[in-house]
Amino acid sequence: MVTNTSQEAIDLDAPWISQEDLPVEKYQIVDEDGGYDPDDVPDLEETEFLDLYRWMLVEKRYAERMIKLQRRGQMGTVGSSRGHEASIVGSGYALQDGDWLLGMGRETSAMLQRGVSLRDIILFWRGVEDAQRFLTEQNCMIGISVGGYLPMTTGVGWGMNLTDTDAVVTAHFGDGATSTGAFHEAVNFAGVLDAPAIFYCQNNQWAISTPFEKQTNANSIAQRGLGYGVHGIRVDGNDVLAVYDAMREARELARAGHPVLFEALTYRTEGHSTSDDPTEYRGREEVEEWLERDPIERYESFLKSEGLWDAVDKEALVAEVDEEFSAAVEAADAYGPRDVDELFEYVYEDLPPILRGQLDEMEGDLEDLDDLEAYIERRPKG
Amino acid sequence: MAETIINAINMALREEMERDDGVVVFGEDVAETGGVFRATEGLKEQFGGDRVVDTPLSEIAIAGGAVGLAVFGLRPVAEIQFSGFLPPAFDQLVTHASRIRWRTRGQWSAPMVVRTPYGAGIRALEHHSESLEGAYAHVPGLQVVIPSTPYDTKGLLKSAIRSPDPVLFMEPKHIYRSVREDVPDDDYEVPIGEAAVRREGEDVTVISWGAMMQKTLEAVDRIDADAEVIDLRTISPMDRETVVESVKKTGRCVVVHEAPYSGGWASEIIATINDEVLMYLEAPVERITGYDIPVPLLSMEDYYIPHPPRIAAGIEDVLDY
Repeated sequence: MVTNTSQEAIDLDAPWISQEDLPVEKYQIVDEDGGYDPDDVPDLEETEFLDLYRWMLVEKRYAERMIKLQRRGQMGTVGSSRGHEASIVGSGYALQDGDWLLGMGRETSAMLQRGVSLRDIILFWRGVEDAQRFLTEQNCMIGISVGGYLPMTTGVGWGMNLTDTDAVVTAHFGDGATSTGAFHEAVNFAGVLDAPAIFYCQNNQWAISTPFEKQTNANSIAQRGLGYGVHGIRVDGNDVLAVYDAMREARELARAGHPVLFEALTYRTEGHSTSDDPTEYRGREEVEEWLERDPIERYESFLKSEGLWDAVDKEALVAEVDEEFSAAVEAADAYGPRDVDELFEYVYEDLPPILRGQLDEMEGDLEDLDDLEAYIERRPKG
Repeated sequence: MAETIINAINMALREEMERDDGVVVFGEDVAETGGVFRATEGLKEQFGGDRVVDTPLSEIAIAGGAVGLAVFGLRPVAEIQFSGFLPPAFDQLVTHASRIRWRTRGQWSAPMVVRTPYGAGIRALEHHSESLEGAYAHVPGLQVVIPSTPYDTKGLLKSAIRSPDPVLFMEPKHIYRSVREDVPDDDYEVPIGEAAVRREGEDVTVISWGAMMQKTLEAVDRIDADAEVIDLRTISPMDRETVVESVKKTGRCVVVHEAPYSGGWASEIIATINDEVLMYLEAPVERITGYDIPVPLLSMEDYYIPHPPRIAAGIEDVLDY
């Protein structure tokens, strides 16, 4: 029977090994109560500390407003990133120009930091094919197939090695993805290749309705690095400074040919997507507990302790961020006009005759068949 | 009681689990919440967590685990959340499920079902809209079944669970809740490998299955001809006899499927007609299908789907030939 009771710690004699012999620590700089050791704080400029804060507001407002747009019928299905702000922002902030970022849709700010425009993220969630054309210009891609793009990540890192490119490739994915075959093969192969790859798992503890303890019998994702012979680390994903600091180090390791399996422990405070009702599978108490650990509030308390809070006008910042979002929505609304030929473009580099014929047929049908358009809804906007 | 396809799936699973203690239902998000489409709703409450199991996010292990359970004498009914996630699991279906009876000369077999929603039209993300039944039907030993009505869904799923050989049960998710009909509480089966004649006619044979059946029937209503409409129901092994007899009678045929054009199952149907009844044909057999492109993303996916005006025009072409 499929059961998943956590193993009792057994004191086994060598040569047996057990995960109980290896407690995995959680790397943290600012604790839940806002306390920290000044010696542990990463060496950043004042403007950079403030920049991190602004990015977290960007992520938060983006998530809130995307959900609103979806509810108003102006956006397709979209997943909220509320709760992940530190994990997303800290990981992206440590990357450099030329680095690659392959994600799954819950790492928007990290992509914006790479130079992706918010308009194109909005177009992506509206189901506009061209969006990813713009994402890839910044070495970014959103892969919807869970875990499916991780072997490709390994391959990109391999390519960086073969071409002596001084950069790293990062894949962002969730805890669910670590159960796919693709994940295991990708991380293992990256280790063999000494690929400059960072496998960045946002462990938000829920894969739709499946909790982490039912996803795997492992106590952590990070410990699996041992099995593949790569570096692993578990980080408090609600502590933006810890994420940034560990990611910066991960980047150095990866550049030196040591792939990293990075686990950011966070929590998805809302549904998996707008099609999901999380109240069906988890208690309010657990959510409340995590809302208490809100990454933005924790960082605010850090800024206060550092005497940097006086430089922050939160209201003005939120207004500014909101304005940027509104402008991006307007730009997305204005994107177009689009025609059916773009559905046939890019299937191959050159349109083969058979596809040319099918496109002609489609266009002919749309012209000749009086009520065909009545069956076709272009949706949502864009 | 007028039921939906989703209700019919749920009924079939429940009845089969009551009938046979060996039936085990598992997949991603199937137990605690009853599945993303609610097909398995209430099963865990009734049959407990040993027989209704939420799995890790592991398509290979879900499909391969089903093979192991089946070999061991149980009756696994696995769910792959969307058919777009089948490709990793395809290896297990091809390499093991479809040929274990053959490999072990009948000593072991894989009586198992993999249920999966397929098709476009629900505004989902990439990889949530494919129709690749033709690819799956190409595998010897793997039965591929696609219902189009609630009544058939229950009967076919029960047949699939009782079948001694593996079944890929592809569910037309676009019509999960839009088609309703009475589904009896009785225990009945709809046999695998038998097409249904939905409408008898003399002028032209129109063949379809799954989500395209509704659109095909709507198209037939628009044309001024006496069309015979066949719901294939089982893609593989195909009921060649019903197809052949109908075309023998009408002399004309149109095949409608949502899957891409090249190498779609229509090709196999047309080849069958060529083999068996070429000399009865009054016109070349026409196919109305999706295009040889990935299903467009949600903003323009409707352009991909064969709608009634296109189907009707295709039928008229064949009638006017």
